[in-house]
Amino acid sequence: MVVQKSVSQTMMALNGDEAVAWAVKQSNVDVVAAYPITPQTIIVERISEFVHNGEVDMEFIRVESEHSALSASWGAALAGARAFTATAANGLALMWEILYITASTRTPVVMAVVNRALSAPINIHNDHSDSMGARDSGWIQIYSEDAQEAYDNTIMAFRIAEEAMLPVMITLDGFTISHTLQNVSVLPDEVVSNFVGIRKIPRIKLPHIYGEKEIPLMLNPKYPISFGPLDLFDYYFEHKVQQNEAMKASVPIIEKVHREFAEISGRSYEPVHMIPYKTEDADVVLLGLSSTMSVVRKVVDELRSEGKRVGAIRLRVFRPFPADMIRKELSKISTVGILDRSLSFGAEGGPVFMEVRSALYSSSSKPTVYDYVYGLGGRDLPPKLIKKAFNELLEAREEPEKPVIKYLGVRE
Amino acid sequence: MSTPMVGWKDLPMAAVPFLSAREYPTGEWAVFQPKIDESKCVKCGLCWMYCPDSVYRWDGESVPVPDLDHCKGCGICATECPTKAIEMVRI
Repeated sequence: MVVQKSVSQTMMALNGDEAVAWAVKQSNVDVVAAYPITPQTIIVERISEFVHNGEVDMEFIRVESEHSALSASWGAALAGARAFTATAANGLALMWEILYITASTRTPVVMAVVNRALSAPINIHNDHSDSMGARDSGWIQIYSEDAQEAYDNTIMAFRIAEEAMLPVMITLDGFTISHTLQNVSVLPDEVVSNFVGIRKIPRIKLPHIYGEKEIPLMLNPKYPISFGPLDLFDYYFEHKVQQNEAMKASVPIIEKVHREFAEISGRSYEPVHMIPYKTEDADVVLLGLSSTMSVVRKVVDELRSEGKRVGAIRLRVFRPFPADMIRKELSKISTVGILDRSLSFGAEGGPVFMEVRSALYSSSSKPTVYDYVYGLGGRDLPPKLIKKAFNELLEAREEPEKPVIKYLGVRE
Repeated sequence: MSTPMVGWKDLPMAAVPFLSAREYPTGEWAVFQPKIDESKCVKCGLCWMYCPDSVYRWDGESVPVPDLDHCKGCGICATECPTKAIEMVRI
């Protein structure tokens, strides 16, 4: 993150969950429907406090499950509201049906997913199996490294969602970010309010029903329309291609919103989709997501002081996947290690590994790619294990050995 | 449907219907459809109220008239009719 001069901001001691709640408080949100689940609970608690104290003009819907939480948020957004919800792990799993419905009806709901391991066995700590499982559901996914970024991403998510007309999931690592107190620069209310504005409703043309009239894309008794009714082999395929094209079209929107946010906040996440660190002359690189990458950068500095040419890449936007950028960035690297904090059982590697290696297949120079699965269920990844991975990658440079998947920090 | 099929570039976004449901003759699915014996009908409107597809047209006074182009033949009206004025007949 590059910090430039900007408006004066208040430094607050907030954990990641509170940072998200503050961003929601400032973003002119109309409706929040959420159900508490560890480690997301503090988000819901803070927002309900803001509502109870009359600090926000917002409807808070107390629902009986996550399925209802997203259903209510979806319905509110269809009616034109700016809607937010938050969940984690099994709560996200219970939302599954509505995840796809929200995305395919092009509803700009914003959701914070506080990454937590999926059951069984029950585990409340951090890994990425929840949001990685939802990677094909049609939501934009932005992964945050710390509480400050969780705050920033939440604010930006509303703009991105409403311009791309796609739901946005922003994630923060359970406990590591959600419950860890950090200095967070909070923008003045009116600056955030002006940045996000009031939600604008796009208009669509319905050629046959209303005599070629344009109508607002929302539930409105004046122009009654249905969202997502029956669509068999005649139109379903076309609607899916539209969704995929909308994902592609969101790339410049995500970049634009980040640049405009950098202007008001002074915080730039260039080049937005992923952030390389000391990769220019690197022989090997570790690529991963979220809070782990701050430790990886520290290890990069240590190994650099020993003369080893290593680098790191933090992927921020996982959907839409920045395949072109990845190809370009990794073309000069000889060996790449992927840090995957989730498994795809039975696959050759974890989700990040599969995406990155697939992107590299069409590259003229293909680095050797290994997958390091780590941190499942909140298992710690200490610097010495990151060093071990870097040293393995530095030694094994030529022919790819089998298996490509390695586990960091598991007992055999 | 006689309307030409539209490609994804021209389709309205968000999976909202491209055509009105009025233009889908869902009555084609039916095996049985209601036949009303007007002499038994007491004009209570229960068929109009219960029909899940809003098939019945009713002015509140006369015998309700079903729009058979959209009746899928579920038989709820015949079951609910208090005077058994509706018979489901094979079509």
